[in-house]
Amino acid sequence: MSLASPAAATAPAAPSQLARILRRNGWTITLFVLLACLLVLARVLRSGFGPADIQSLAIGVLPIIFAAAAQTVCVISGGIDLSVGPVMAFTSVTAAALMKGGSEESAVAVVIVVLLLGLAVGAINGLLVVASRVPDIIVTLAMSFVWAGAALLVLSSPGGGAAQWFKDLSNGSFLIEWFPKALLLVLVCVAIVWLPLRRSRLGLSMYAVGSNPIAALRSGVNVNRTKVAAYMVTGLFAAAGGLALTMVTGIGSPVPGAYTLNGVAAIVLGGVSLAGGRGGMLGPIAAAFVLSLIRVNLVFLGVDPAYSTVIQGVILIIVVMVGGLVALRRSRA
Amino acid sequence: MTDLLLDASGITKRYGAVSALRDASLAVRPGEVHALMGANGAGKSTLVKILTGAVRADSGSITIRGTKRVVRSPTDARRAGMMSVYQDPSVIPDLDVADNLRLTGTPVDAFRSWMTALGIPRLDLADYARDLPLPTLRIIDLARALAHEPDILVMDETTAALPADLTERVLEVVGGQRASGRSVIFISHRLIEISALCDRATVLRDGETVGVVDMGTGAEDRIVGLMLGPSEADAQPRTPAPTTAIGTATTDGDARLAVQGLRSGTKLTDVSFKLRAGEVLGVVALEGQGQEELFEVLAGSRRASGGELRVDGQPMSFRHPADAIRAGLVYVPADRLEALLPQRSVRENIALPFSSRMRDWGPIRVGAERRVVDRAIERLQIDTRAQSEVRRLSGGNQQKVTIARWIATGVQTLLCFDPTRGIDIRTKRQIYSLLRELAAAGSAVLLYTSELEEIQLVCDRTIVIFGGRVVDEMPAAVADEPTLLRAAYGLPPGVPMPEELADSALAPVADRVS
Repeated sequence: MSLASPAAATAPAAPSQLARILRRNGWTITLFVLLACLLVLARVLRSGFGPADIQSLAIGVLPIIFAAAAQTVCVISGGIDLSVGPVMAFTSVTAAALMKGGSEESAVAVVIVVLLLGLAVGAINGLLVVASRVPDIIVTLAMSFVWAGAALLVLSSPGGGAAQWFKDLSNGSFLIEWFPKALLLVLVCVAIVWLPLRRSRLGLSMYAVGSNPIAALRSGVNVNRTKVAAYMVTGLFAAAGGLALTMVTGIGSPVPGAYTLNGVAAIVLGGVSLAGGRGGMLGPIAAAFVLSLIRVNLVFLGVDPAYSTVIQGVILIIVVMVGGLVALRRSRA
Repeated sequence: MTDLLLDASGITKRYGAVSALRDASLAVRPGEVHALMGANGAGKSTLVKILTGAVRADSGSITIRGTKRVVRSPTDARRAGMMSVYQDPSVIPDLDVADNLRLTGTPVDAFRSWMTALGIPRLDLADYARDLPLPTLRIIDLARALAHEPDILVMDETTAALPADLTERVLEVVGGQRASGRSVIFISHRLIEISALCDRATVLRDGETVGVVDMGTGAEDRIVGLMLGPSEADAQPRTPAPTTAIGTATTDGDARLAVQGLRSGTKLTDVSFKLRAGEVLGVVALEGQGQEELFEVLAGSRRASGGELRVDGQPMSFRHPADAIRAGLVYVPADRLEALLPQRSVRENIALPFSSRMRDWGPIRVGAERRVVDRAIERLQIDTRAQSEVRRLSGGNQQKVTIARWIATGVQTLLCFDPTRGIDIRTKRQIYSLLRELAAAGSAVLLYTSELEEIQLVCDRTIVIFGGRVVDEMPAAVADEPTLLRAAYGLPPGVPMPEELADSALAPVADRVS
């Protein structure tokens, strides 16, 4: 923000500034409240629920959070990437294959190479979307088969390895036992990539392209370049997700889990509009935790896991619907 | 010719088989306000898009300040000193105003001072653009362009549907650009604005530049003549002569639509009027005085919070637009895309209301449908060259389709909300005479218009809404523009209005051009 504007913007309505922040981030705040409630509920249902459970929860959610972060960038800029899961598998097996037998120090180089691979994969996805003019949902669906195949070419069955320091990144807690390292890792990654991006002209351009591509073009935004850049950041976060998979399992698995759709579920619950242009990063992260905690609580309640999946789906619809109704009420008032 | 600021010549552009521009040229001198005129489909929009880099020409040359330029993108155009303001503002809805300014690299202080000059001094930059009303967004878009101090400012229908007070400010500011040697390319369907503001006008017809007119006495007639072409200029008078039907509608008899004390939301507080069969009732209001809410309530898309609505004497309460349609109230919105299925054909769009009735959910009776649709297309003279997808039609033709769908099977009460917004003069006339014909055939028409001259051209009576209530009612015969403006401001006669102050500010300009 330029020097002149904050003063000008705050001057007329200083007292309502806090109210405005609360209102604009109402959805994210609600999610955090929901998250807190679910944590308390888990504690009530099982008195032994403690730091160790929080840590394993964070480790379990780690790949989903990266999948959600990857999807968020793409969806904000008006696209969607159905190849996030396969890209995670591809980068995960690449990391595991390269790290196996290598020295602890060489693993640092592997991490960098894999992240660059993510950027390259994203660039290919993005360029195909922009150049082919085929809808992105179709391009990335097709590319999801390509990346899934590529993963199998690297490792035909689960295998490879990981450096010890690398595995330790997500293991245990940081400073206090209630604060898992895995969560710290997520926050650091997002802070390094997303926060600067969000405030940059490129970040603004991503929101602009997702919000109204014609207006963005007329505002001087290079729409195609922005889209490719968004897919590249998506690829970067997907590669981070792949590294997280290798980190928490110690190996690479060429068959991707249901990370693509779990990521989409998290961003929808996290307040990112699938129509593009709206949303942030904190919401999807909280939402990923909420979705996992719902399952945990249902297990504690003794609900059949088959039912708990159904219940999770129903909750997703209800929560998003309620959010929509609230927004509608507010716009009418 | 060397001292031209912009010289575009021999511009051609084809879209498939359709030739949008055949030989268009436009020459703008430094320090002039230059009007670009033409009926809808004449190629104005295409020419503007080419100049601003949104579309690339097939051939032709663009010279700016004597240097030949290739304009590939809006960024290129800006670098060459050209900024444009479009009819739909290019403001990103999901960003706040400050971020929108950052996106375009606009200096905030300059932006603020232009906003003040344009009549919106207090704007919270932290507001999301999507929460701001359309006129404000247009002004933001214009102020942002001005803050970049462009050599050439292109304004495409910026004043369409702006409230009168903001329009005056805009014209004033645009006129002021001359003083600093900057030029403006001004596109508007309002001839009054053109003659008050512009120095010269380039007229396009069927993709060709057919003439350049120096503004002055008789210029309006020459422009209209050029726009309409040799065959039609003589056939139609400049303004349609009021048909004898105007004002002769019966003043007695039962009202088709009677509204008493209607309230809804915060803007519509207390509106009462009667609309009789066979009359066209005008509604005049400044922007945001509750007229949108009134039409939405009548069309069934918004609930009234109080008051009474009677159709043919029966009290009514609409829960859904289908209820209103069943009661014979059909709505033509200002935003055509709100009414149309842009990817479907003209035929389907016209047939939609009567082929989607629940009891007709079986196979569509194709023959009968085609006859009805053909009749409607013929009656409204819809250009069906691009009929496979409505979105490819020109704005005027799209508007005709939205009207055609309702009159195809006969209409009892037609609610038109600014139906001629951004439409060329020929189509406007067709719509005027159509509304008169409908009234003569016994329909009732409620017409909100932002163009005050339409009241006397089309209506029998008019009501004026201010602050959510009806403040005046008058027969069209006495409803000239000054009278209407006064009433629309809720002012008693004799109090000076912002317009008059603006007029006096514009006076030197008017002296120059006349």
